[in-house]
Amino acid sequence: MTLTDLGIAAARHGLGRREFSARELALAHIAAIEALNPRLNAFITVTAEQALAAADEADEALARGEGGPLAGIPLAIKDIFCTRGVRTTAGSRILGPFVPPYESAVTANLLRDGAIFLGKTNLDEFAMGSSTTSSAYGSTENPWKRRQNPEARLVPGGSSGGSAAAVAARLALGATGTDTGGSIRQPASFCGITGIKPTYGRCSRWGVVAFASSLDHPGPFGRGVEDCALLLRSMAGHDPRDSTSVDRPVPDYAAACRRSLKGLRIGVPREYRVPGMAAGIEEMWRAGESWLREAGAEITEVSLPHTEFGLPTYYIIAPAEASSNLARYDGVRFGLRRDGEDLIDLYERTRGEGFGAEVKRRILMGTYVLSHGYYDAYYLKAQKVRALIFQDFANAFAGVDALLAPTAPSAAFAEGEKTEDPVMMYLNDVFTVPADLAGVPAMSVPAGLDADGLPLGLQVIGPPFGEEVVFTVAAALERAAGFTSLPAIRAGSPAP
Amino acid sequence: MTYSIQGREGPWEVVVGMEVHAQVISNSKLFSGAATKFGAPPNSQVSLVDAAFPGMLPVINRECVAQAVRTGLGLAAEIHLWSRFDRKNYFYADLPAGYQISQYAHPIVGSGSLAIELPDGTTKEIGITRLHLEQDAGKSLHDQHPSKSYIDLNRAGVPLMEIVSEPDIRSPDEAGAYLRKLRTILRYLGTCDGNMEEGSLRADVNVSVRRPGEPLRTRCEVKNVNSVRFVMQAVEAEAKRQVQIWEEGGTVEQETRLFDPGRGVTRSMRSKEEAHDYRYFPDPDLVPLVLEKSWIDSLSAELPELPDAKKTRFMTEYGLALYESSLLVAESGTADYFESLAKNRRPKTVANFMLGDLSAALNRMGESFSSATLFTVAASAALLDMIEDGTINGRIAKDVIEEMERSGEGPRAVVERLGLRQVTDTGAIETAVAEVLARESSKVAEYKAGKEKLFGFFVGQVMKAMAGKGNPALVNEVLKKKLS
Amino acid sequence: MTLAPETVRRIARLARLRLEESEVQRLEQELGGILAWVEQLGRVDVSNVEPMTGAVAMALKMRGDIVTDGGDAETVLGNAPERIGDFYAVPKVVE
Repeated sequence: MTLTDLGIAAARHGLGRREFSARELALAHIAAIEALNPRLNAFITVTAEQALAAADEADEALARGEGGPLAGIPLAIKDIFCTRGVRTTAGSRILGPFVPPYESAVTANLLRDGAIFLGKTNLDEFAMGSSTTSSAYGSTENPWKRRQNPEARLVPGGSSGGSAAAVAARLALGATGTDTGGSIRQPASFCGITGIKPTYGRCSRWGVVAFASSLDHPGPFGRGVEDCALLLRSMAGHDPRDSTSVDRPVPDYAAACRRSLKGLRIGVPREYRVPGMAAGIEEMWRAGESWLREAGAEITEVSLPHTEFGLPTYYIIAPAEASSNLARYDGVRFGLRRDGEDLIDLYERTRGEGFGAEVKRRILMGTYVLSHGYYDAYYLKAQKVRALIFQDFANAFAGVDALLAPTAPSAAFAEGEKTEDPVMMYLNDVFTVPADLAGVPAMSVPAGLDADGLPLGLQVIGPPFGEEVVFTVAAALERAAGFTSLPAIRAGSPAP
Repeated sequence: MTYSIQGREGPWEVVVGMEVHAQVISNSKLFSGAATKFGAPPNSQVSLVDAAFPGMLPVINRECVAQAVRTGLGLAAEIHLWSRFDRKNYFYADLPAGYQISQYAHPIVGSGSLAIELPDGTTKEIGITRLHLEQDAGKSLHDQHPSKSYIDLNRAGVPLMEIVSEPDIRSPDEAGAYLRKLRTILRYLGTCDGNMEEGSLRADVNVSVRRPGEPLRTRCEVKNVNSVRFVMQAVEAEAKRQVQIWEEGGTVEQETRLFDPGRGVTRSMRSKEEAHDYRYFPDPDLVPLVLEKSWIDSLSAELPELPDAKKTRFMTEYGLALYESSLLVAESGTADYFESLAKNRRPKTVANFMLGDLSAALNRMGESFSSATLFTVAASAALLDMIEDGTINGRIAKDVIEEMERSGEGPRAVVERLGLRQVTDTGAIETAVAEVLARESSKVAEYKAGKEKLFGFFVGQVMKAMAGKGNPALVNEVLKKKLS
Repeated sequence: MTLAPETVRRIARLARLRLEESEVQRLEQELGGILAWVEQLGRVDVSNVEPMTGAVAMALKMRGDIVTDGGDAETVLGNAPERIGDFYAVPKVVE
């Protein structure tokens, strides 16, 4: 077995028994990145030297019989987590020169537990997108290929597409992402891996470049449910520096992966059966229901009546918050500056040249919906609909323990296929956005392939702080699905 | 008598409301752990939260919330157990995040009131509309470089209370009285030091004029006025400007203006920008501020005695006049000084001494009762006790005070060194009286002929002969005897 | 639905974004399209619904009044595109 194919649990086991060293594990991944990143463009910045130095430290700790729960585990970090001394761009030109003098709470937690960072992964600019094509540092290629048309360059989903592609192609054992409208779950689905967006407040947002504060959820990617459980356990926890961080103990999520489904009630939301859903998704969803039933769960249909309003609600609230959050990029204290005739001109040039088209579109949209005379009609209205969407979930969870739904309405699409009309692109988030609006935990698990041989994910949604039940259900799905397909482009395989 | 501006066609009433920005006394900033001290080197009291670095988040300072609650209680205002922070969005060089965190829709304190004293001794209630917490901006320096502005973020994020009054103020005097009274209350509460020179207290003054009985007309906001005197001048200047415009058939435009103290006029702030659109919305980095009633009650129980209550008590407990009491309670330090001295002494004497010779001396030294270094309570007590027990007389006390200022010694040391003890030896007084009467024999004759006013002259001459040290009562007694 | 060009320019000005003329034209269509699409929220009855401002239902946590930060101008200024001494520098602002 090659080192890059290991799961996190297996890697921990091998490291603990000194079957291989953390340095060997890191070197295997660095070699994979050197071989494949020029093509995939999953990483914006590779930190090989730091990774090796950290691996040596991990080896010393392991030799002493010490080392945290992630000692020596090489990870990829979405380039939206600020990392001390390592350039952090958020995929934007405007942060091109930015080197944070601080480490985000989530990455600091991972470092505390011994993880090794291989580098910073590509993303849609400021996490605004579903395809990782709006990055100022080029698009990321999905390592999966269509059977019929292997030349087409597919998107890895987004916004955390670099992290998902890196984990799928075996360039890292796991990765961090952020999910604001689906940015962990949709790329996980597109790349055939697992990813969880925990409850809002479960992982600190401190040190994560903000897109939409009330919707941004940091979370992990892995190649299996238990890998995500191990990563989330390290990433989560109360942080007094984030006023929205919740002070509750972090459970043993890996233990939850091994629990029985007996007696659990799983809801299937009828409103998620939308017209235009791609072929194979309905069947996969049905398969998921029967897997869970066979594992001992009871399946019932539930209603989330305001589902269809999730997207328009999201596309008011997220741009509104973003328009304000991104005001700090003004060329004065950090990042890009374009000089102008006066200060206003400097602001306008810096921001006009520093932001890409999608970010500008959302800033303008957000500015518009908050502006005088429109606030009540758009923003306030959206907040009220958000309350109804939250209430839908609360009502559903009064009767069921978790929900089962597809993650995305289609498999990975090709670059350029959906970019003409922004609204068409936004529809990708239809199944993921409601859980972000409600702040509830949700996880995507690969469940099968479509007719083109591309992975499709199923989504498990739990009640607030119901990560354990989400892991239990997701692990059952994983066992039943027996998903073993591999992407065409991956470490150790010849490029197709 | 109500204040009015006499126009060509009759009187105009002035209507004023104020928005006062008061810096909250706290060690650290409203949403970050950086210090708030005045006068630190540039950017040395700045956290990455204040500089709005990516991913930095605000966490509120409990003490700032407590200070806002205390101030609300001191203004007899409603404390809102549920309040919220909003973002006010605009771009400016010294506003790092591109928004100010403030409380727009749901302030922490609602309506209250404040009583001002009018010159005729009556009081008037000025309504308080609301008080909310917000962040201060940084500071731009425009005069350091020919083509650059410098930005110092030390002030960025410093906690402010914005205290908004109802438009109940009707004259420059009332405006001044309002600001002074507000400052007094804030200082009593210890929630703002009221230092206008350092910018801890700044006023935005909303002024309009109208014919008596009319509804309100357009108002103008005179921004950032930084002294009580300037507030009074700004109200008058702005009201006169508006009267002139209306009487000339013009229309007052609602706008923001600045007061130019040098020329005594207000001028329009050139607004080359489009009208502001602040796009307020709830700050998603913060959740609602929910306060426990029991916490409010405990803060309320710990509040100090406020100036109005203290004034009333000084009148009843110490038998002081309204005027003296008002002066003594204007600063809590002064009132405390008085109460320490008045223990076991005659309150009236203490009040006269403090408001007379002692105030004058402190003024000369640029000190106040609470900051006095030389004229401490102990020094004043010694001085008063020496007068009381006859060691010195009241006239000599003045000399002692002046000599203390010169030498920096305590009062007893000055009296001893200069031998200023009052002469109570009847023999010495009789000798001096005899000398004076012998020298002024013609005046003695006039006195005896009925010109009794001359008695004071003889007292003065005797005191002069004794270098002021004669005991006034004994001098009087001996003179009376010799002249009879 | 399209947005008027002056509306696009006004909000771009508020957001301090310099737009090329070609961008303005494109955004009239795009923003107009998005706004038309979100109009569907008009079908939702929100009477008596309290707006949801955040995803966590809890009271604001407060920190103690202690100085724990600052005192490091170098860190604060370390990323500045332009600094003079210990100040950030910008083109002169005329007030």
